[in-house]
Amino acid sequence: MSDFEVGTVGAPAGGPGPGPAALAQLKKVKKQKVLLMGKSGSGKSSMRSIIFSNYVAKDTRRLGATIDIDLSHVKFLGNLTLNLWDCGGQEAFMENYLSQQRSHVFSNVGVLIYVFDIKSGEWERDLSTYVNIISALVQYSRDAQVFVLIHKMDLVARNHRETDFEAAVTAVKRKTAEACAIVRRLRLDTTTTDPSSSSSQTTLTSPHQQQQQQQPNSSSETTTTQELDIDVQYFATSIWDQSLYKAWASIIHDLVPNLPIIETQLASLGQAIDADEILLFERTSFLVVSKWTSQEGDNNPYGDRFERMSNILKAWKHTCSSFTGTPRNAEQFSDFEYRMGTSFSMFVTKFTTNTFILVCLPPGEARFNSAKLNVAAARPWFKYLDGPVVQPTGMPGTSQMYGMAGPGGYGGYSTMGESSGAGVGET
Amino acid sequence: MGCMAHTGMNNRSGKSSISSVVFHKLPAAETLYMESTARIQKDSLNSFMEFQVWDFPGQIDIFNNPSYSFDLDAIFGEVGALIWVIDALDDYSDSLNRLNMTAMHLSRSYPHITIEVLVHKIDSLTDDYRSEILKDVELRTLDELSDMGYENMPISFHLTSIYDHSIFEAFSKVIQKLIPRLGQLEAMLTSLCRTCRFEKAYLFDVNTKIYIASDSTPEDTTSYVICSDYVDVIIDLTEVYGSWARSAEWRNRLEGEPFSQPLEEQVGCEWAESVMVLSDSQRPIMLREVDRFLALVAIMKEGSYDKMAQINMNVDVVVKGLTEFFEITRAGEKSRVGLQDMVVGPQN
Repeated sequence: MSDFEVGTVGAPAGGPGPGPAALAQLKKVKKQKVLLMGKSGSGKSSMRSIIFSNYVAKDTRRLGATIDIDLSHVKFLGNLTLNLWDCGGQEAFMENYLSQQRSHVFSNVGVLIYVFDIKSGEWERDLSTYVNIISALVQYSRDAQVFVLIHKMDLVARNHRETDFEAAVTAVKRKTAEACAIVRRLRLDTTTTDPSSSSSQTTLTSPHQQQQQQQPNSSSETTTTQELDIDVQYFATSIWDQSLYKAWASIIHDLVPNLPIIETQLASLGQAIDADEILLFERTSFLVVSKWTSQEGDNNPYGDRFERMSNILKAWKHTCSSFTGTPRNAEQFSDFEYRMGTSFSMFVTKFTTNTFILVCLPPGEARFNSAKLNVAAARPWFKYLDGPVVQPTGMPGTSQMYGMAGPGGYGGYSTMGESSGAGVGET
Repeated sequence: MGCMAHTGMNNRSGKSSISSVVFHKLPAAETLYMESTARIQKDSLNSFMEFQVWDFPGQIDIFNNPSYSFDLDAIFGEVGALIWVIDALDDYSDSLNRLNMTAMHLSRSYPHITIEVLVHKIDSLTDDYRSEILKDVELRTLDELSDMGYENMPISFHLTSIYDHSIFEAFSKVIQKLIPRLGQLEAMLTSLCRTCRFEKAYLFDVNTKIYIASDSTPEDTTSYVICSDYVDVIIDLTEVYGSWARSAEWRNRLEGEPFSQPLEEQVGCEWAESVMVLSDSQRPIMLREVDRFLALVAIMKEGSYDKMAQINMNVDVVVKGLTEFFEITRAGEKSRVGLQDMVVGPQN
């Protein structure tokens, strides 16, 4: 973790102004330390295997208990590496993380994912471990984002799911506040000169973090009490349905580098081909990286359709894999077309090296065929965004690529380089 | 108008779960929460043909019941197949005895009924053990029946589980026996496969994922699985993007410049058409809806995506043929008697 730089955490959006420096910044591989914690047997490794290694839910029964910390580097898109710390949840390990390995485990954390087993027999004990973990996290990585997954919801009868989830969330919320209070008290005791690196980090990253978190930080002072409240997002999950994809898509959503640019590009593509909806999936996990929906597409009553698409397509990949006998992680299909009479048309196709794109269009053969061609033509401007680190070959080349985006493409730059109004396209 | 009756000895052998999974698309895991059936339940299934499914609770003995007298003619008069569910995880001797009794009874009074025995709940068993149980059930039933002088009974055996595709395959075979002029359908599909060089083609009932016909190449579970999952993908996508009404402005805009045509004119096909190219040796899989209930799904030869235009024309012709076929058989259905005879035909 020595190469982990605080400055890259908030990466592209708040990066230095435009010009070559900004471009280099765009292509920098971003690393994120992601802690996956929770009681032993709560399903941390199972969900990790499903999302990143394409396990089928029932295959996770074969997984053994995680011993100590299982470190894995997941390459996500071309320019984001998730350092996934899958922390074994047995009590002895937990104590170890909180004592000897405390600074090693909890410093420079980008994201903490804490998994609760809804059917755990010892809820109170789980909560007190959670309090310890959160206080350690707040101590070493003030700006980490926290996601709490209430897991194994499939074991709860359908009509009780909502109430049970609400009850769990209320309990966890109370404990989170408790953890913050503990740290607050510690801070007040030790007063000012806090030797841990956390204070300096906070001042460095807070401008970026401000955009990513809803909760406002005051950027200068770190020891004021009220800002110690951390913002936690809660999800009810199960490995047996799409809820897992919903949670993980929101987890990775904020980590994706260059997101504002991708989103603007997607919007201009969508308008150009007259689409109703465009989804961009990461290649192996099939998590939704970015999406765009037209005004008409917004009327779609299925609010859960994004994670549902991930789930459908991933299940389909499993079917293909057992049909063709190719490995689970291999790319299973390259093209999919579907025209549903006068209702809609859609296609899913391999887009850039690391992404698949789903485009939903109004019906019509001509519209469909031209959209397919246009999406193929649009590949180059996205390739640049998620490709591996490549040295930019001077401005003319890049501006030419963006030229294909039409006016929308330029707009993308001016939104990202917020400190100055000058867009790259103007150079 | 085919009819099926489900029975089984044990109360927990899984009859109602089967009905819910196959006919009501209940996820297999959800069947855990189902209550046991206490009464005879009738379910009708609106599909390309009309099916009625009767669910008999395990504890009622319909032939020999002192407290009720069942109108057997009303129940069995129109039934085409009797499905008998045996719990493979349980001691099934009693169930087999009652199956034999029922089979003899039926063969005397309603000889047109075929008996389909589902050796159920095999998901947790190893392959070896599965075939052992199947052999055991088959042997014990047929031996006993032949001892009693009943030879060549229309009885068949299937290994099934609701946790995989086996239950759908078994039902496919049951339904195929109830379809009039199945041979014609198969011939159409076979000739399509030959012309377009398809590896395998199925005609699916979309709602149940039962295939009502396939081409004449040998059966192959993996092909069935991928085709039926493909139907699932299409159904799911249609639900999300196709099941809600778009606004009038949307339609007006689409019908205006630059196309200036009604939407109906802009599309190539009024029903769903789809193709998916697998990365492995570039093998496409195609799907085409025939009507509201049926879809043609085929695994194509590698690299034939480029010839999609020609293939679509051939598929058009077959779809037209299938539509005519069902118009004729549906018209024939009105004279019920004829149909019954045909169902019985192959078995006697």
